[in-house]
Amino acid sequence: MADKSQHNAYWSANLRIIGISLVIWFVCSFGFGILLRPLLSGIKIGGTDLGFWFAQQGSILVFLVLIFTYAWRMNKLDREHGVEE
Amino acid sequence: MDQFTLNLLFVGATFALYIGIAIWARAGTTAEFYAAGRGVHPVLNGMATGADWMSAASFISMAGIISFGGYDTSAYLMGWTGGYVLLAMLLAPYLRKFGKFTVPEFIGDRFYSQTARTVAVICLITASVTYVIGQMTGVGVAFSRFLEVSNSTGLFIGAAIVFMYAVLGGMKGITYTQVAQYVVLIIAYTIPAIFISLHLTGNPIPALGLFSDATSTGQPLLETLEGLLSDLGFQSYTEQHDTTLNMFLFTVSLMIGTAGLPHVIVRFFTVPTVADARSSAGWALVFIALLYLTAPAVGAMARLNLINTVYPDGVASTPVAYDARPDWMVNWEKTGLLQFEDKNGDGNIQYLNGDENELVVNRDIITLANPEIADLPGWVIALVAAGGLAAALSTAAGLLMAISSAVAHDLIKAQINPGISEKNELLAARISMGVAIAVATYLGLNPPGFAAQTVALAFGLAASSIFPALMMGIFSKRINNKGAVAGMLAGLITTLLYIFLHKGWFFVPGTNSFTDAEPLLLSIKSTSFGAVGAMINFIVAFAVSRATDEPPVEIQELVESIRIPRGAGEAVDH
Repeated sequence: MADKSQHNAYWSANLRIIGISLVIWFVCSFGFGILLRPLLSGIKIGGTDLGFWFAQQGSILVFLVLIFTYAWRMNKLDREHGVEE
Repeated sequence: MDQFTLNLLFVGATFALYIGIAIWARAGTTAEFYAAGRGVHPVLNGMATGADWMSAASFISMAGIISFGGYDTSAYLMGWTGGYVLLAMLLAPYLRKFGKFTVPEFIGDRFYSQTARTVAVICLITASVTYVIGQMTGVGVAFSRFLEVSNSTGLFIGAAIVFMYAVLGGMKGITYTQVAQYVVLIIAYTIPAIFISLHLTGNPIPALGLFSDATSTGQPLLETLEGLLSDLGFQSYTEQHDTTLNMFLFTVSLMIGTAGLPHVIVRFFTVPTVADARSSAGWALVFIALLYLTAPAVGAMARLNLINTVYPDGVASTPVAYDARPDWMVNWEKTGLLQFEDKNGDGNIQYLNGDENELVVNRDIITLANPEIADLPGWVIALVAAGGLAAALSTAAGLLMAISSAVAHDLIKAQINPGISEKNELLAARISMGVAIAVATYLGLNPPGFAAQTVALAFGLAASSIFPALMMGIFSKRINNKGAVAGMLAGLITTLLYIFLHKGWFFVPGTNSFTDAEPLLLSIKSTSFGAVGAMINFIVAFAVSRATDEPPVEIQELVESIRIPRGAGEAVDH
């Protein structure tokens, strides 16, 4: 086991990555899909508006990118801090 | 070959495949029964999680709900996929590092309390049984159609098959079977969608077809649909009708419920490493997204096809005569899930919004009837029947596993009779499966909603009880045993109370005091209350923990250790 301060550094780096990811997660689903939809209603796409697309498809695509990016960055972080398996 | 024989052939062949795999991989030890010996590759695990996850709610029910609800129902799409982001970042890697079999086991150890473990078992059983009721509804719909019997008979036959199937194998059997089930269900879902999308828009990818021009009008598909709906007096498809508050809370509830459902979480105990737990969530979502990106297209296109079937010469002309109705209507009438009443006595099927409407279509039949409505070949119809059953069976089996392991492992072995033999533990697990199926079948006869709505209630329960406890257990060292127990109970009880007040006590029809049309609090429907329950859980747990002693040093060290991937490989089976 590495020392405590190194664990703390690893954990706060993890929390930072999670924090950034969850902001994107929130903005692209709850934001563009629900709360901000009226603001985006001027952008038309295939017979409806951008908010509708985000609510029904866009958010899902963003979620996919988020998870794989997170997994990739965490694997890198594990190695940097010497805590990989 | 007639449709009935074709259905039997497809459903029979796929069942033979699943049962064959289940027997081949039959569980020998308790460790294999619960967690597949931890040797499942992330991609296969993702596929199995996809099958586990996509139940009758996703396959049979969701597109139908979208079809009639339009934009408002986007909560299902975002909620049931967005939860995987939470799962990948907030729970899966740490629970894998912790390395035990069940969710209550983690809660019991982290909160150093048998009471916490028992409360977690209660939360898990409440959410899972509600979930199985939704599956039974879906199974009933599918069996009633393809065996051409009434809905109730279909339900009983389905229950018997689920019972035999789930009791036969454990997790290991289920993992490989679920990979096969995923393949069957995704093919069954996409093939008819591709045919229909090609026909309506000329685009072979349904997800793109949804936003393309309709070949019949040259206008965008959604505008074409919108025009027909407005002519018939139906509410607009792409506009919002629900309140923003309810839609927001509903989406939250489905998302955190996804991350709190034990049968999904337990999947991440079965991957070899912590890194695999992270990417497994991603792979699961890849396989889930294949269906979820197609579902909104299926919904919109099915609605369009339904209207075109009733009004072959356009909505301004006379609708189709009842005697000349297509075969699929005749077939679905037998199940009682599609009803026609000739109110004005003209012999034609009037389909519009208001009192003069003569056609009632149960939303749960849309996906299954979709290929018939679009006049696709018989083998496609049979394939969809097989796919719907694969979806319902795989999820029911996963849930029953979670219920049985909670009862046998966390309740009986851990607390009531620690000296129980392995053989008797397996027996207890199987008996609890049987009881759960019986209860769910009984309640499934009068379900509290369409399959996906019942399942949404289960998510609310998981969201309000299990997710907050798990998350606080990992991200806070300060939450103690008393806080966790008080939080889980407060979240579960308030949510359950709110659901029973709106859906009837124990889902018995007629015993409700409020309806979702006029809910108790603001515009919050019973399906959305899980988000509020989760907030209550967090607040109560935090407040009680602050007022009482902090957790002992060894528990704080345990939390430190689950945050670091190194050492997970040493996790031992017991």
